[in-house]
Amino acid sequence: MNRADAPEPQFDDLYREVILEHYRHPHGKRELPRADVSAEGLNPTCGDELDLRLALDADGRIEGLQVDGRGCAISVASGSILFDLVEGRTPAEARALLETVRAVMHGADVPAGADVGDFDALVGVRAYPVRIKCALLPWTTLDEALRDAERLLAARTPHEETP
Amino acid sequence: MSPSPASTAPRTLDVQRLRADFPILATEARGRPLVYLDSAATSQKPRSVIDALVAYYTTSNANVHRSVHHLAERATMQYEEARARVAAFANAAAPEHVVWTRGTTEAVNLVAAAWGRRNLRAGDAVLLTEMEHHSNLVPWQMLAKERNLRLRFVPVTDEGLLDLDAARARLAEGVRLFAFTAKSNVLGTANPTTELCALARANGAVTFVDAAQLAPHGRVDVRALGCDFLAFSAHKMLGPMGVGALVVNPERYDEMDPYQGGGEMIRRVRLEESTYAEPPLRFEAGTPAAGDAIAFAAALDYLEACGLDAVHEHEARLTRLALDLLHEEGVRTFGPADASLRAGIVSFEVPDVHPHDVSTVLDGRGIAVRAGHHCCQPLMRRLGVVATSRASFYLYNTEDEVRALAAGVRHVREYFGR
Repeated sequence: MNRADAPEPQFDDLYREVILEHYRHPHGKRELPRADVSAEGLNPTCGDELDLRLALDADGRIEGLQVDGRGCAISVASGSILFDLVEGRTPAEARALLETVRAVMHGADVPAGADVGDFDALVGVRAYPVRIKCALLPWTTLDEALRDAERLLAARTPHEETP
Repeated sequence: MSPSPASTAPRTLDVQRLRADFPILATEARGRPLVYLDSAATSQKPRSVIDALVAYYTTSNANVHRSVHHLAERATMQYEEARARVAAFANAAAPEHVVWTRGTTEAVNLVAAAWGRRNLRAGDAVLLTEMEHHSNLVPWQMLAKERNLRLRFVPVTDEGLLDLDAARARLAEGVRLFAFTAKSNVLGTANPTTELCALARANGAVTFVDAAQLAPHGRVDVRALGCDFLAFSAHKMLGPMGVGALVVNPERYDEMDPYQGGGEMIRRVRLEESTYAEPPLRFEAGTPAAGDAIAFAAALDYLEACGLDAVHEHEARLTRLALDLLHEEGVRTFGPADASLRAGIVSFEVPDVHPHDVSTVLDGRGIAVRAGHHCCQPLMRRLGVVATSRASFYLYNTEDEVRALAAGVRHVREYFGR
């Protein structure tokens, strides 16, 4: 049925080598000894799942991050890249990054000077509209975790400021 | 408008010839000829069905069962002829035993609401199976929550079959309703529906048969099956989306309350209360998808002209070939190894490659398969996977397309094995 002379289709714009490397050896897939916040991501149309847990240090920085994704190459790689970018940041910095990633996935250019790590390798996903939600699953899960982290920090601050 | 396969030999399909009846099969996907292996999700439509839809809106469109003008009479007549056509297809004793629905999902919800609310009491057991589609699980879960029912499940064996001993045991414990699929949309397993219905009946349980995956591929005879309710969807069997049929054992009609309230389902309406139309109209509130129902009849004409036995044989051949070729490619398949216990559907797992990625690479070769949980999350859990890839075959698929699938899977393994 396939034309004999049709060249093998290529997907190198989607599955960049760096993406496959993250997929084969994802970062952040480990058991955190202690977590302040956890969130579960679920893509009900395809069954991709992701557990994200984070621990905050005394200054409110994300000192520990666990990203445990079970899904396609795109969602697992995106979670691995998220780990590289977010661990050690403050929730505010992580949120700024999240907004950049969302904007890029929906067509914006990567802002000049922005450090999005290996995430620029995921821009090829934009050519496959049904796969964008795969790339965003770890980030929407992070969004949920950050909301809890922000609440936690807001509750923590007044006590520290009280003499 | 008569389908061309009618003139071919009765017991084998002239696939190349009937493919010409399906305009979409001549289109391209990603610059390559379309290889459509997702018919279990929805089938493609022959020209005669598309023509029937166009003809309805061109020459017959009017609201049915209301006005007395010429067009309304014409539309109503065609619509009721379509009901009779569906009844004949399912070997129902009378057209009145067919209730139009939007599809199998609505049929389950209708039975849960109209029969279930009236007949199921706190503590009653409803028996389902581990291989049900979400549409034959969630409505019962909702009713169970509302009425405090006990949900029981027939387990699936490692081979992908229903555990019949367990089914016997559960039924003997006392079950009010047994709702199960005649054919799994994931495993392709054909369940022993006649035997299960007989067992249920012997134990005093009412049966609901989800025939969404059975009716497109084989004969359905509600009287031989001995079921109380049986449902299927037009869109999986060459017909349009948005219409389906619920075939009801008329003894059950007396035990049912109306489903939705509105026009067409009434006899006399006062401000405070109403009386209802006789079945099946009692369960068909609102303006129906008349054009779709009429086109569904055209789909049944096409299917029966092909011959359902021939369709079944053809799919079984493709399934055997697919199992052989996929195993040669080192792919794990799910469901019975014995091809005679299944047909039309092959779910598979490519080692170390997620079904989504499999699907994207196959799509690049013009091959459409389904990737995901197939609306069967509990079954996925039972199989120990998050998702699978699924190829499903229909009367218009060819052996070359199955070979294209196997070649595509080889490409997937090479690509991700770099």
